Amino acid sequence: MSPSTLMILALLLPLLAVGPIVLAGRYPNLREAVSLGTGGLLIAVVLGLLSHLADGIVPALELGQMLPGLALRLELEPLGMLFALVAAGLWPVTILYAIGYMRGHHEKNQTRFYAFFAVAISAAMGVALSGNMLTLFVFYEVLTICTFPLVTHAGTPEAKKAGRTYLGILIGTSILLQLLAIIATWSLAGTLDFAPGGILAGKVSGPLVGVLFALYVFGIGKAALMPFHRWLPAAMVAPTPVSALLHAVAVVKAGVFTVLKVTVYIFGIDLLAENAAADWLVWAAGFTIIAASVVALSKDNLKARLAYSTISQLSYVLLGAAILAPLSLMGAAIHIAAHALGKITLFFAAGAVMVASHKTEISQMAGIGRKMPWTMGAFAIGALSMIGLPPTAGFVSKWYVLSGALQSQQMVAVAVITLSTLLNAAYFLPILHSAFFGRAADDDHHHHGHGEAPLPSVLALCLTAAGTIALFVLPDQVLTLAGALLGGNP
Amino acid sequence: MSGPLEHLPALAVVIPLMTAPVIVALRRPWAGWLLATLVSWASLAMSLLLLQQVLETGPFSYLMGGWAAPWGIEYRVDQLDAFVLVIVSAIASVVSVYARKSVEAEIEPDRQYLFYAMFVLCLCGLLGMAITGDAFNLFVFLEISSLSTYVLVGMGRDRRALTASLRYLILGTVGATFYVIGIGLAYMMTGTLNMADLAQRLPAMAHTSTVRAALAFLVVGIGLKMAAFPLHAWLPNAYTHAPSAAAALLAGTATKVSVYVFLRIVLGVFGATGLLTALPVTQVLMVLALAAMFICSAVAIWQPDLKRALAYSSVAQIGYILLGVALLSETGLAAGIVHLFNHAVMKSALFLALGAVALRVGSTRIDAMRGIGRKMPMTMAAVLVAGLSLIGVPLTVGFVSKWTLVEAALDDGMWPVAVLILASSLLAVAYVWRIVEAAWMAQPGPELAHVREAPTAMLLSIWVLAGASVWFGIDATRTLGVARLAAQTLLQGVAP
Repeated sequence: MSPSTLMILALLLPLLAVGPIVLAGRYPNLREAVSLGTGGLLIAVVLGLLSHLADGIVPALELGQMLPGLALRLELEPLGMLFALVAAGLWPVTILYAIGYMRGHHEKNQTRFYAFFAVAISAAMGVALSGNMLTLFVFYEVLTICTFPLVTHAGTPEAKKAGRTYLGILIGTSILLQLLAIIATWSLAGTLDFAPGGILAGKVSGPLVGVLFALYVFGIGKAALMPFHRWLPAAMVAPTPVSALLHAVAVVKAGVFTVLKVTVYIFGIDLLAENAAADWLVWAAGFTIIAASVVALSKDNLKARLAYSTISQLSYVLLGAAILAPLSLMGAAIHIAAHALGKITLFFAAGAVMVASHKTEISQMAGIGRKMPWTMGAFAIGALSMIGLPPTAGFVSKWYVLSGALQSQQMVAVAVITLSTLLNAAYFLPILHSAFFGRAADDDHHHHGHGEAPLPSVLALCLTAAGTIALFVLPDQVLTLAGALLGGNP
Repeated sequence: MSGPLEHLPALAVVIPLMTAPVIVALRRPWAGWLLATLVSWASLAMSLLLLQQVLETGPFSYLMGGWAAPWGIEYRVDQLDAFVLVIVSAIASVVSVYARKSVEAEIEPDRQYLFYAMFVLCLCGLLGMAITGDAFNLFVFLEISSLSTYVLVGMGRDRRALTASLRYLILGTVGATFYVIGIGLAYMMTGTLNMADLAQRLPAMAHTSTVRAALAFLVVGIGLKMAAFPLHAWLPNAYTHAPSAAAALLAGTATKVSVYVFLRIVLGVFGATGLLTALPVTQVLMVLALAAMFICSAVAIWQPDLKRALAYSSVAQIGYILLGVALLSETGLAAGIVHLFNHAVMKSALFLALGAVALRVGSTRIDAMRGIGRKMPMTMAAVLVAGLSLIGVPLTVGFVSKWTLVEAALDDGMWPVAVLILASSLLAVAYVWRIVEAAWMAQPGPELAHVREAPTAMLLSIWVLAGASVWFGIDATRTLGVARLAAQTLLQGVAP
């Protein structure tokens, strides 16, 4: 199929699944089969795009003019390819997991859940394939709005409150800061197309570059740079599959992905370096990495700890961008995939524990590793990836970010990465220790009989854990895509 | 154009005018509805033809009765006129389809024909204001539309509509009187009432206090009619208590046409005098526009009645339009002009949807609408779409307006204004999301047990407008293109 057809399909397939999902609402097996089938097709489509890209074709397509002189445009480049692969690849796995989780948890309104999930994936594809900043912004906002019903799925007052925080911060930052930056870019450069080397070079200079860059980075609230990170812990009120795919992969990665796109294709690293416009971000991202890790240490609720860990890990990507060295940018791109695989495994495991044993707090989980060996084994792999130890994907990305930092003598960044590795170990290793070597508390006899979570869920989390290791063993494809970010074909 | 089409500018006004007495003579509600609907759609067809003509050949004139200007009445049609004609007739067409069920439920049977008679009269007045090139003729149409509007508002569901109507009558008359005084002063100095003629002669006398006073009277007078902050006191009550169909018509058209009059008179006629920049007209306008955007949006958040909240939101949205005008640049004016259309579409959709809620639930108070999203899913989905447009979410018309307005502010280097525009749009998130939470995130109470989805004809009208607010948000090249042309034509006559 031609590249443009494939791009349209990548956008439309998940949307087209919404109708059948709603129609099959009464037959859960059929309904989930629709999601799984569409997920499989979507992976095929994305792989088709990858093969075109590998042949040196740049798939591009104009969807139509939105404003005079400004079109909605799709264009695939290596970074977008990477993000599309991650989001599309993990969708069916998450559906598989959700089958076990949502039924095991007796969640209501499951049809609505799967329908909005599909819409969210379509929006994530749109973010990945966007050919200019306007298109990206459109899909960015669609992604915010269509995930709102997923976050507030429970319908409780608590969910409602979390929904307000979620929407308030994401919409607020995007309209007030990001949109301002986009329109200013349009006003200054007369174009919003993503172009290698950036479009602002020669159009702006001096402190305005830094201001504009800050408007973008803070305006992309999905990257969860402090102080605009509160929406992410709030979103944890959602069912675990949502936390896993959207708030560890699709939504948050859309955020850091956008920051990388802006850094490379709107500003260009030369412009940022000349005007020292990204220096502040080394400090801001460094602060977020450390502060979020410290907060994570203090959280006893497992999902909350994972959420703060995500905030910290997202800032690794921002740090990689802020260092402005080719190697660290490459590391940042790899980290999008590496963190996605690791963190989704951790969330899957946390949800599996919740379904099987109804435990949500870390302090209750002593000895759980012996009852749920597969789940906690996968959790261990995910945790190692977060810390950045071999043989996991987290090691690869951290290696590149660190090399870039050393190469460009960014000692602050080096210190931050070192310190955060220790902190990551400090908040993950005790969980593993008590899970495998701890003794269950006495009041546990109610659920004494529980074993592993439902099979589909365990299958899913083993798959992602395997992926985390596979990315370490066979990083070639991801490395080529990330390497092509700064020029050259993959 | 030749043949019968040559007289289109006159027909656009004469046909609705002649239909009103026919409706009164027939006295049958269904006949009234049928005629009003036919006339509205005919006006839409004529307006579209006129727009096409203007875009092809540029502005043209029609001489009423063949009397040459400036002695006779000249109807002059340029891009702005044609654009406003299309807005007014399009909203009227959609509302007319909707009106039948709504009027049946809200107005006593023996007075329903009056509603339709007033509806076409109002349409006639609004179209006439947009098409005429004569300042006094404009006043005549202003009064036709105003008087019929007072009656329409007074026909509301309860007796509060009468006080709302009276209040509007008093303030509206003050506005109209100020307008006549202003035109009178200008006539005194120039001896002409033709707008083009006035625009030519006024610059020579710009230094006189008579001309300055004329400008002042006109700005305040038209400001009252278009509910420019802080002259908006009549609007919230009038929109809240008017019959649903009338509220939708007025919200979409009445203030928009008044803004058009402001553009035509203040920029078109007084533009060349240099008074707009010599006197702090634009500065005052900008400050008041920003005040409207913040104060009225904030007030909207706290309204227990949604119709009232939307009415305050309308005043805030007029602020956006006036801000674009105050920038006095091509992009700024285009932003204001395109928002005439964009706001008309989304606000009428919202008022129509609330009318459907009023029909089924009997109230538009937010606490009476808990869980309504499950009972009237199609209606409330339209509210959501139009509400997102009000916020200015991408792929809706609201985004197009916001984008253009911020672009205009940034082009002029006014960063603080750009920030304020975006910040005020966040207030819309608050009042729109209140509706979303009430409609979907609550269980319907027992009092909603028998509530059904709105009738098909009403749903159709609601969705035509909600759909338009997405359609023209995805492809804004046409609307923005016309708005840009209109802005260029207007600015030709404005002294720098």
